[in-house]
Amino acid sequence: MSGLVLATETTFDVPGNVAFAVLAVLMVVAAIRVVTTRNIVHAALWLVVVLGGNAVVYLILQAEFLALTQLLVYIGAIIVLFLFGIMLTRAPLGKSDDLDNNQRWIGAVVGVLLLVVIGFSLTRSWGTDRLDFAAYDLPQVSGVTGTSVQIGGSGNGRTQALANEIFADYLIPFEVVSVLLTGALIGAIVLARRD
Amino acid sequence: MLLNQFLLLAAILFSVGVYGVIVRKNGVLVLMSVELILNAVNINLIAFSTYWGLGGQVFALFVIAVAAAEVGVGLAIVLLIYRNRRSVDIDQLDELKG
Repeated sequence: MSGLVLATETTFDVPGNVAFAVLAVLMVVAAIRVVTTRNIVHAALWLVVVLGGNAVVYLILQAEFLALTQLLVYIGAIIVLFLFGIMLTRAPLGKSDDLDNNQRWIGAVVGVLLLVVIGFSLTRSWGTDRLDFAAYDLPQVSGVTGTSVQIGGSGNGRTQALANEIFADYLIPFEVVSVLLTGALIGAIVLARRD
Repeated sequence: MLLNQFLLLAAILFSVGVYGVIVRKNGVLVLMSVELILNAVNINLIAFSTYWGLGGQVFALFVIAVAAAEVGVGLAIVLLIYRNRRSVDIDQLDELKG
């Protein structure tokens, strides 16, 4: 009901919402195909649709840097890794009835219950809160030393602000993530090596 | 646009991912379902970063990095299971049941 009231307001962003609706339906259908398809290679390819849709959602949310990172890391690297994993484990490349266990009902019940609980609490707590995109068209970004950097009109304000956040407030977590990636790299090599 | 439409999309993707983790028995497919869950969390983080401030985007970047590490190690483990047992059926890995 509240959705109908919102749709009649003058601030309702029709193209944005239509784009979001098409994208959301596509992503949900692709995600369901990932977990239900009987062909393991198709599952990886449907996953590409979900991850690409994720990147577009980030673009709608004005997170350009994250959208490009998503494309590079997920579609560029992780999907290729999955396809290698499928080939190296000699998975059945055609249709196979042996991909699911016999717990489909438990899985469906858990999934629907989780969705009902999360959806109920989300609608209760966030209701009709709006995203204020205009707040991020600020021409000013505060620099590391507290000085303001004038970047008016260049349109890369949020990426610049994100860089300032990472390399000022979140510098130590950033370094820890580098150590984690090194550890994962060494661990993967040690595990996969033939002795 | 509402904050909730992004959060609800993420909730649906999260639930589908949980269904996949429970139902699939091929190790690679379970890792794919985990990717679905991590991506749903990222949508949440970025929606909240548009709502509050840039911290959410920083954490989404960290989640992407951790997901890359997780897939690398996870696939190495799956390969090792395949090498030892000639199968990646994780329902057969039940030695801890006693």
